Amino acid sequence: MGETLALYGHLIAARIRGQLQYRSSLVIETVGLCVVSFLDFVVILVLFANVQRLADWTQPEIALLYGIATLAFALTDLVVGQLDWLSSWVRDGTFDQMLLRPRGTLFQIVSSDFQLRRFGKIAQGIAVLVYAIAALNIDWTPARALMLLVTIPASAVIFISIWVFTICIVFWAVDGREAANAFSYGGQFLAQFPMNIYDRWLRRFLGYVVPIAFIAYFPALFILGKPDPLGLPEILQFAGPAIAVIAALAAGWMWRFAVRHYQSAGG
Amino acid sequence: MPIIELEDVRKDFTVTRKTGRLRRERSVVHAVDGISFAIERGTIVGYIGPNGAGKSTTVKMLTGILVPSAGRIEVCGLVPTEQRIPLARRIGVMFGQRIQLWWDLPLVESFALFRHIYGVEADRYQENLRTFRELLELDPFLQTPVRQLSLGQRVRGELTAAMLHDPEVLFLDEPTIGLDVVAKQRVREFLLRANRERGVTVLLTTHDLADIERLSSRILIIDHGRLIYDGDIGALKARYGTERVLVVDLEESGPPLRLDDARVVRVEGPRQWIAFERERTSAAKLTAQVAAQAALRDLTVEEPEIEDVVRRIYGSPPGAVR
Repeated sequence: MGETLALYGHLIAARIRGQLQYRSSLVIETVGLCVVSFLDFVVILVLFANVQRLADWTQPEIALLYGIATLAFALTDLVVGQLDWLSSWVRDGTFDQMLLRPRGTLFQIVSSDFQLRRFGKIAQGIAVLVYAIAALNIDWTPARALMLLVTIPASAVIFISIWVFTICIVFWAVDGREAANAFSYGGQFLAQFPMNIYDRWLRRFLGYVVPIAFIAYFPALFILGKPDPLGLPEILQFAGPAIAVIAALAAGWMWRFAVRHYQSAGG
Repeated sequence: MPIIELEDVRKDFTVTRKTGRLRRERSVVHAVDGISFAIERGTIVGYIGPNGAGKSTTVKMLTGILVPSAGRIEVCGLVPTEQRIPLARRIGVMFGQRIQLWWDLPLVESFALFRHIYGVEADRYQENLRTFRELLELDPFLQTPVRQLSLGQRVRGELTAAMLHDPEVLFLDEPTIGLDVVAKQRVREFLLRANRERGVTVLLTTHDLADIERLSSRILIIDHGRLIYDGDIGALKARYGTERVLVVDLEESGPPLRLDDARVVRVEGPRQWIAFERERTSAAKLTAQVAAQAALRDLTVEEPEIEDVVRRIYGSPPGAVR
């Protein structure tokens, strides 16, 4: 384990050294990503310029949901964003080369890239989160502070698991990336809004099938001390970390299954 | 005990083809159709055949990328796909057209990363790197980013990367493709030394008959997924010949030249094609003979192609091979 982490460190450090060769383009890309991703939040601001509340949620409350979801997804993107390349890696034989090295394939993918510019999106997530907290006047208790601290990594793990699980489709259909993106990028979008604005079937889907509801909605209810508009059991507000573990196990199982399929079908 | 063993190995691919807007037709392709052979430790074996014959599929099964549809494979006493990671530590693989090195890093940094990935001890790594730096003359471009290397330099880097962890078997897919004559020779010499001094078993696929002639004592020829020849190269040459062709452009058209130890196989105006055996005469001797008979403008030597050899095997009476 320690040896694997050290190897991750070596590989990521090499990626970072490569990017630091082009400092000015790195700065431009980072700032650019920060500004572009901020446009998503501008949409929400425009929305609230016209309405006072959205399904009983105020603008700073939505900003809290948005901040948690965006920060968790930005961390996800930093760690596994290169999964977007998996279909071309399968097609051009790069994935075959990963099978020739004495390391797990998923580990090799995770350690194959680390785009510093993605910190632009992380910065944007943090900025919105800070704004929300400043505007909300939250009654901070140790439990609520702990909830916020635990939710960010747990939600990132849920996003990572969804991404890994769904991208496995490219081992069956090499052009299946778009379908997987509907869940990864689409999941991020849906997590930014309260679950009670969605239709019943979509709510169930986001609660029981793809666990998007646990990313920002349930933790935010607890942090805000807000009664659940859907009247769901309070225990769900604490379920994030457990859901993260289950999702990670499911994603790991799916990955192994998919790679084994690839090895017998032969790309 | 052989280090590589295959027993009636098959690999089928299901290919779906669009036949209409929605209709698809499925068909099964037998990429490898029942192959058995064994390779002893410390040998260099050439694995050759035309494009699409099943060479790469075999290598992918031997290195743990693909699971065979049927049959048994053992490499270093391991079942490749089931013991992929332990096997990966004991084999080295180099694909001529693929890049394993880190594109934007200096060559030496790629080596350092390979050391960590394979968990090679520092002492052994330093010693191996010193050896390969000398053998492959890496020093002039050790600090150059890989993207700036010439093909020949990159291949030398790739070979080093494949050897840093002291593999017992080296799988090479077209290691000399695209290289100039000098670079090819350097790669061949390196492989011979690695084999002689380190006892590395080498299985190489190639289109270049010269690779095979200089390196391996035994060749396997595969076509349409089946092994059509397994034996030493000398016997193959004796049976099918390895004729080279000297193409000469004369100043004027004329009758076919009369030459010792060679024959004119084609005449087209002032151009004549002269077939000869490397063992019996040389291009230099022939050129002298030609020049003595006619004014010579230009000449080239054509090497026999793998495809020709395979075609000749097929042209021979059934049962003549295997």
